[in-house]
Amino acid sequence: MTIDVNPPTRVDRPLLSEAAIVLRSASAAPAAPVQMEPVAKLIDVSKCIGCKACQAACMEWNDTHQPIGEFNGTYEDPHDLTETQFTLMRFTEWINPKTDTLEWLIRKDGCMHCAEPGCLEACPAPGAIVKYSNGIVDFVHENCIGCGNCVKGCPFNIPRISRVDHTAYKCTLCSDRVAVGQGPACAKACPTQAIVFGTKKEMQAHAEGRIKDLKSRGYEQAGLYDPPGVGGTHVMYVLHHADQPELYAGLARDPQISPVVKAWKGVTQFAGLALMGVAVAAGAVHHLLTGANRVADEDETAAERLSRGGRP
Amino acid sequence: MSASDVDRGDALHPGHPVVVDRYTPGARANHWVTAICLVLLTLSGLAMFNPSLFFLTVLFGGGQWTRAIHPWIGVVLFFSFAGLFFRFYRLNLWRSEDSAWLAGVSDVLSAHEERLPEVGKYNAGQKLVFWSMSLLIIVLIVSGLIIWDQYFLAYTSIPTKRVALLVHTVAAVVIICVWIIHVYAAIWVRGTIGAMTRGRVTGGWAWRHHRRWLRALAARGGEDLKGPTGAG
Repeated sequence: MTIDVNPPTRVDRPLLSEAAIVLRSASAAPAAPVQMEPVAKLIDVSKCIGCKACQAACMEWNDTHQPIGEFNGTYEDPHDLTETQFTLMRFTEWINPKTDTLEWLIRKDGCMHCAEPGCLEACPAPGAIVKYSNGIVDFVHENCIGCGNCVKGCPFNIPRISRVDHTAYKCTLCSDRVAVGQGPACAKACPTQAIVFGTKKEMQAHAEGRIKDLKSRGYEQAGLYDPPGVGGTHVMYVLHHADQPELYAGLARDPQISPVVKAWKGVTQFAGLALMGVAVAAGAVHHLLTGANRVADEDETAAERLSRGGRP
Repeated sequence: MSASDVDRGDALHPGHPVVVDRYTPGARANHWVTAICLVLLTLSGLAMFNPSLFFLTVLFGGGQWTRAIHPWIGVVLFFSFAGLFFRFYRLNLWRSEDSAWLAGVSDVLSAHEERLPEVGKYNAGQKLVFWSMSLLIIVLIVSGLIIWDQYFLAYTSIPTKRVALLVHTVAAVVIICVWIIHVYAAIWVRGTIGAMTRGRVTGGWAWRHHRRWLRALAARGGEDLKGPTGAG
């Protein structure tokens, strides 16, 4: 876990280079990418105190700013993810029917860094979304055309399109920090170490210990949220009620890339191109076989007779 | 044969050959705007459709420009086509002989129109192009507005937008195929392009392909038998 590590003074080579890309939107990735150890951020919801230090750290590191908002009766501020708010504490007040006690469920929302990213699948711009071999899914702004397909592809409703530069924004898992051996800003700022960062294996092992502890304290359904529908994620949650993820401000039970998006990206593209090709080819073949449909001299003669009031 | 078989501006000019005015300058200008918009929409749309065609974005000044300008061209096309619709819909209404003409589609394709019923200003194929374009453009503008995030992001949910994107794409593929058929027919049937560029066709062309229309013009007689008007 890298949360307490300070930046190295020397970086021998950049860890997140073009060579480490395993998936590249609308184009081919390098054939033999540099294989890095998969990383993960683990968010232990049971340890979160809702202080929003992670939100503040995220804005600080990414140098984003929120306009002054309005109070809507909840602790959520702003009220949704925005193109300048890559992470957001979502607060849910839930009365546990078994214990008849109020539980305050606080989930840090943001990009899950799916192993099979829907945003990348749906993106039509070559190289606007990349996935590195350590699992980080990143947006490359100079390649983004701002079409919003990533918003439609994402099963978690995460990307937002900037009204300023018309490109898509989301949590980068602090790829610029990870590239130099640092953990994400949110993990570094978290005062209870509810957010930890490391290799995915380490995080799974760490989660196991946490789940064991939670179960020993009565949370029988405690578990790890690493949804297989998107191939697993590189941001995982420890949930005290892992059997009911939707309790946590609507966290998806079984997130998957929408079949509508898959149909658009898959069969529609091939069938569409084929159909247009066939239409052109059919015209060419028809013209070759039948020749031009020309007006004959007798047609002109007939028309002349008709125009003179004759009865052809 | 009656005046209901001809449009305003249609006129017969005796001579050698006979010249028939088919489209007014207004109708042609309207068609040109629509045609140019449709070509630009096809190019910019295909660029965002399949990665292998992304290179087409250079025609519009890059990906950002392509994304930004595509919907606006669509708006222009919608209103431009609406103009064409109201100009042409009356003579594109389906008639009983259209079904008979369509039943003999093999004679159409083998250029044996003498075996088919005489048709008016538009044959069944042209009418199908007209109505499918009309329908598809409505589908495209509605689905297009739903996925025009720059202005309409907040009005629909993400699942709705996903369906709209798929519908928009399928409708676009179909309309491109209809357009290919439309263009091919105009090229294959020689003498047709002049109707689009100069508004005129020869009498022989009208006799061969739209005889009932030509008969209606001839029966109207007198008033337009004054030689070419130079309507362009």
